[in-house]
Amino acid sequence: MDLTLKIWRQKNATDRGGILTYKVTGVSPDSSFFEMLDMLNQQLIEGNQEPVAFDHDCREGICGTCSLFINGRPHGPKRGITTCQLHMRSFSNGDTIYIEPWRARAFPVIKDLIVDRGAFDKIIQAGGYVSVNTGGIPDANAIPVPKFNAERSMDAAACIGCGACVASCANASAMLFVSAKIAQFDYLPQGKVETTRRVQAMVQAMDALGFGNCSNMYACEAECPKEISIANIALMNRNFLKAKVCAEKEG
Amino acid sequence: MNNRLLKFASIGKKVTMGLAGLFLILFLLVHLGINLTLIRNDEGEWFRAASGFMGSNYLVKVFEIVLGAALLLHMILGVILWFENRMSRPVRYFRTNRSDTSFLSKYMFHTGVVIAVFLVIHFINFYFVKLGIVDPPPGVDTHDFYTMARLLFTNPVYSAIYIVALILMGFHLNHSFQSAFQTLGLNHNRYYTLIKRMALVYAVVVAAGFILIPVFYLIKY
Amino acid sequence: MSFPFNAKIPAGPLAEKWTRYRGEAKLVSPANKRKLDIIVVGTGLAGASAAASLGELGYNVKAFCYQDSPRRAHSIAAQGGINAAKNYPNDGDSIHRLFFDTIKGGDYRSREGNVYRLAEVSNQIIDQCVAQGIPFARTYGGLLDNRSFGGAQVSRTFYARGQTGQQLLLGAYGALSRQIHLGSVKLYPRRDMLNLVMENGKARGIITRNLVTGEIERHTAHAVVLATGGYGNVYYLSTNAMGSNITPAWQAYRKGALFANPCFTQIHPTCIPVHGDFQSKLTLMSESLRNDGRIWVPKKQEDAEKLRKKQITPADIPAEDRDYYLERRYPAFGNLVPRDVASRAAKERCDAGFGVGTGLAVYLDFEESLKRLGKEVIEERYGNLFQMYEQITGENPYTTPMMIYPAVHYTMGGLWVDYELMTNIPGLYAIGEVNFSDHGANRLGASALMQGLADGYFILPYTIGNYLAAEIHTPRMTTKEPSFDQAAAETEARLNRIMQIQGKQSVDKLHKKLGHIMWEYVGMGRNEAGLRKALEELPKLKEEFWADIKVPGTLHEFNPEIEKAGRLIDFIELGELIARDALLRAESCGGHFREEMQTSDGEAKRDDEHFTHVSAWQFNEETEPVLLREDLVFEAVELKQRIYK
Repeated sequence: MDLTLKIWRQKNATDRGGILTYKVTGVSPDSSFFEMLDMLNQQLIEGNQEPVAFDHDCREGICGTCSLFINGRPHGPKRGITTCQLHMRSFSNGDTIYIEPWRARAFPVIKDLIVDRGAFDKIIQAGGYVSVNTGGIPDANAIPVPKFNAERSMDAAACIGCGACVASCANASAMLFVSAKIAQFDYLPQGKVETTRRVQAMVQAMDALGFGNCSNMYACEAECPKEISIANIALMNRNFLKAKVCAEKEG
Repeated sequence: MNNRLLKFASIGKKVTMGLAGLFLILFLLVHLGINLTLIRNDEGEWFRAASGFMGSNYLVKVFEIVLGAALLLHMILGVILWFENRMSRPVRYFRTNRSDTSFLSKYMFHTGVVIAVFLVIHFINFYFVKLGIVDPPPGVDTHDFYTMARLLFTNPVYSAIYIVALILMGFHLNHSFQSAFQTLGLNHNRYYTLIKRMALVYAVVVAAGFILIPVFYLIKY
Repeated sequence: MSFPFNAKIPAGPLAEKWTRYRGEAKLVSPANKRKLDIIVVGTGLAGASAAASLGELGYNVKAFCYQDSPRRAHSIAAQGGINAAKNYPNDGDSIHRLFFDTIKGGDYRSREGNVYRLAEVSNQIIDQCVAQGIPFARTYGGLLDNRSFGGAQVSRTFYARGQTGQQLLLGAYGALSRQIHLGSVKLYPRRDMLNLVMENGKARGIITRNLVTGEIERHTAHAVVLATGGYGNVYYLSTNAMGSNITPAWQAYRKGALFANPCFTQIHPTCIPVHGDFQSKLTLMSESLRNDGRIWVPKKQEDAEKLRKKQITPADIPAEDRDYYLERRYPAFGNLVPRDVASRAAKERCDAGFGVGTGLAVYLDFEESLKRLGKEVIEERYGNLFQMYEQITGENPYTTPMMIYPAVHYTMGGLWVDYELMTNIPGLYAIGEVNFSDHGANRLGASALMQGLADGYFILPYTIGNYLAAEIHTPRMTTKEPSFDQAAAETEARLNRIMQIQGKQSVDKLHKKLGHIMWEYVGMGRNEAGLRKALEELPKLKEEFWADIKVPGTLHEFNPEIEKAGRLIDFIELGELIARDALLRAESCGGHFREEMQTSDGEAKRDDEHFTHVSAWQFNEETEPVLLREDLVFEAVELKQRIYK
């Protein structure tokens, strides 16, 4: 396959950046998208040019490191996968492919296609955990959990924190990411204990970091590589309202 | 209750906007009910009675203020959120975002603006007349809304504007109805399909119901 | 020469050693903990759990990772599950049995004391993880579900769909995030540890490169904990993440830490086969698939050939012409034999000409399970794995059997540590995959997660106190002392040297060459001639690196090529050590298979008389590395040939 690539190049955070055009030839349809970019970088290095910087690590769709906004969609044209799972057989010979970094105020570009998603870590730090220390805990089977709840919790917990929800959202909102963590814990008795506190703290952190608001367009759900449901957002809203309206004020 | 947070939190704003929206959605049903009397062959007898009641009842007057506040709140929050959302992506994508979304949801703000413009026209034609800010059309009594409506609906240009505005309002309503439930956290797998269907039915009934009136008048006169 | 370091195994009966140790270990008072700094490098299961637990105890912790977030460490990719001796299914499991299975699975090349402790704390790990809100699989009664894994005849594996590693890591990441929020842990993401700083013979700090700015940074501490994972990427193609590297451990080795059993590498039997030269990475299909999938190749070579030419499909081969070779050779364990056994059996069939696909693949077939259990059950158990397979290969495993082949996966070898998980450098600890301690010559499935979390949550927090109790009077160092200047200068000199070469070959190109040598001569089946060949080739490759590597850009910016180049040179040096170790260990055990040493029916033949020891290598700048042997003493178990028939 021969392809034309239009890639966002930006030297560093302060550089203005722009789209540059590259050609790659002889790409195997069996190779992954990143293997195609590896080929391009090999070419660039041999031609004394700087290779394209992009985030990637596990290359099996679970670490959430990879990003890329490909032809107007996060993680490319296919549903339910990350960019590293995207294979070139999803494209045709002669295609022009636009490759851009995630765009959001909360995700500033570091270089080329790499953005800083530290904002997600900050949201988790605000409350995305169960506050237990190591040790001194009851037996694992002490509290039964309905299978259904465990499954729903797992559905939400499948989030890999890649940021595709933010990238795809017209408002760069992080609601799907935040709600997935809140739902994971809310479905389990161990996590539910803290829902009231957690949901307020995490939403507050989310707002402070400059993400947009949810306008229920559901692009996040459609583009999420783990297909996290927007029902989690409703669950978060419900819990947020409960915390603000029904729960007694703490402290 | 932490008022400060509720006021400023993104979800707080959305919820307020959604509640105001739901209130407007309810009001539209009342409005539609009254308007539909226009298509009775009674030379406006029922319509005059209904608008007379709406114009004189004290409870309705209180309700009017609440309604105005809800509308204003809904619009102001809509503009604030839109502005914030624009701010949250200072550098746009080079290639347009083609992420899968429902078509209508993308244009909520745009349809909202169209509705707002239409409302201004609507207010000039009716509400401001009632308040005495605008003079009624020559030869028509200040409280004779039936004649005013009939004059407008028999005007093809006005009717065309009216119909287009209401189709767009239908789009706005379809998304906003289910959207409000999602925002209020009432989206369950148990109710999800039901709410979506209700949204569609509501939007079609309201838009079609209002549109029926100019169509009726254009055909009849 | 007798082994010069003390493994510090507590005295007493096996089952009491850990209790006794905890009872006697020195403690640090809360007020003093605040004065002590600990550096933790790596934020996988071991690193994140250790950093979080140490933070909870009140130490000042600095956590480092090369990824942009601690949550991305490669522990996240572990699929199948985590073992524990809970015996919830009531099928006869116990701490002793888990201990025994692990020792036997490791082919009797690990320490009894360490392994017993691992089995002992395994149950607490499950309790801890459940308390953290990890959504483990459950039964309709609401209790935890178990499944079975290779090398065990009981169901002791706890799991969260095919994403157990992800869920456990996110649990540890949550605990870590909580400590960051509380201020007891400071996080340094996108940092490569490039050097170890020593003062008075003790580990006192590290030198890192800020991957975003390129700045060389100095960090001090009273103890340094390495939790940097394994070195599978020495083979270029492996199931490891692209960034997984040995550099922190290798720099520690160059500073005097012993590197133990480097030749013990694990080849995982169920990976998606290699499909082309451009390939950058191999994808694992969880071992749990072997619970319900049956492995086979055609009985007739001509069928295999037709399959390779795509003249027929697997469905065309009738049951009687299929060779379920694992069930045939190992009736007792069948498809659930340990990984090393399953891998070698696949290689044996493919080498004999029965391979399918490219010739280097065997079938993993779900036809029968789909019939027996229905698509829904299979989907619930393995849905995401099937999806992943289809994504990569373009084939649907519900309708046609999967193709699999062994690939490098885990490395049992690593930094030598004593019972306290401290290396021979005082104050330098190694936990998780980067140490050598618990898996001997082969690791059982679902034990890596167990070991990482055991080390991080329940072992290191106790043992590190025993060392730090004596350090409470040691003042904090500044980063301006000569030891830091020297270490930083070393690192800068090395980076500058690499940048100045400006040769012709990219890092990836040379890395592929390294991978080729390693897989060819130091891979699944090893022999003396091949290993000698590797020992000839690797020094040449090292020269090639220093003469011809090409790194574009500068040091003072985000530059992935310089990161990779630094890692590669350490891998090349490590490759040599692996080959050396493999050559000297003239026996077959676990993942280390010497073709000269096999029984008449092709099973691994150990040589307990000469090799019941840990081979710990000591770096020497002038001469070749020095081999030190720590003898393994077995009191509770009897050394036997591993039989899974």
